[in-house]
Amino acid sequence: MSIEVRIPTILRQYTGGEKAVDGSGATLAELIDDLESRHAGLRGRLVDEKGLRRFVNVYLNDEDVRFLGGLETSVKDGDNVTVLPAVAGG
Amino acid sequence: MLRIDRTTYDQIVAHARRDHPDEACGVVAGPAGSDRPERFVPMLNAARSPTFYEFDSADLLALYREMDHRDEEPVVIYHSHTATEAYPSRTDVSLAQEPGAHYVLVSTREPDHTEFRSYRIVDGEVAEEEVEVVQTFSGEAPTSPNEESVPR
Repeated sequence: MSIEVRIPTILRQYTGGEKAVDGSGATLAELIDDLESRHAGLRGRLVDEKGLRRFVNVYLNDEDVRFLGGLETSVKDGDNVTVLPAVAGG
Repeated sequence: MLRIDRTTYDQIVAHARRDHPDEACGVVAGPAGSDRPERFVPMLNAARSPTFYEFDSADLLALYREMDHRDEEPVVIYHSHTATEAYPSRTDVSLAQEPGAHYVLVSTREPDHTEFRSYRIVDGEVAEEEVEVVQTFSGEAPTSPNEESVPR
């Protein structure tokens, strides 16, 4: 068992074109570190020094992790994580 | 070049007019790889602002789930400028994250004329493209028999 992470088009350059990759960890931060070990460069597109990037949305199952615990959100085997760039502008 | 049908074009303009002076936003989804904007999906501007737009986060997830399920992609991503020209702002360029999409900008700054322009935005580079409005995408008759029989 592992955690499936769905990757948006713009970040598939880090996953060899894969739409979804598997990872593990007890929190979202650990999961992202685990992904970074196989998909170098991905972490920098998801987080900055302040935490999750403002214009990247990460969902645990159906919930935006901003309304859960951000990077400290607990994750477990069988969960689905979805990454989507915000659609926004001025 | 963006090819878009008249009905969808009019729907985008109507949405922009309806939400003025706030910015309106949405997508037109189409079959993956087709480059055909077929399914008009107006979105809520969660920012409800005359100078900013952002798809609501829950709506965004629902939209991408549905497109995935239907094997679609966002062929057009549109939003309006309500006091400036229909050209991508610096914020638009820095936040554009769908390199395959046509970014449509509509300006409602003039009450009786709506500017409608389209761009590619890739890696911070903006390239304007031509917009061709077609009556319909169907490969059959370009106009309906009824229209053809009406004398002009």
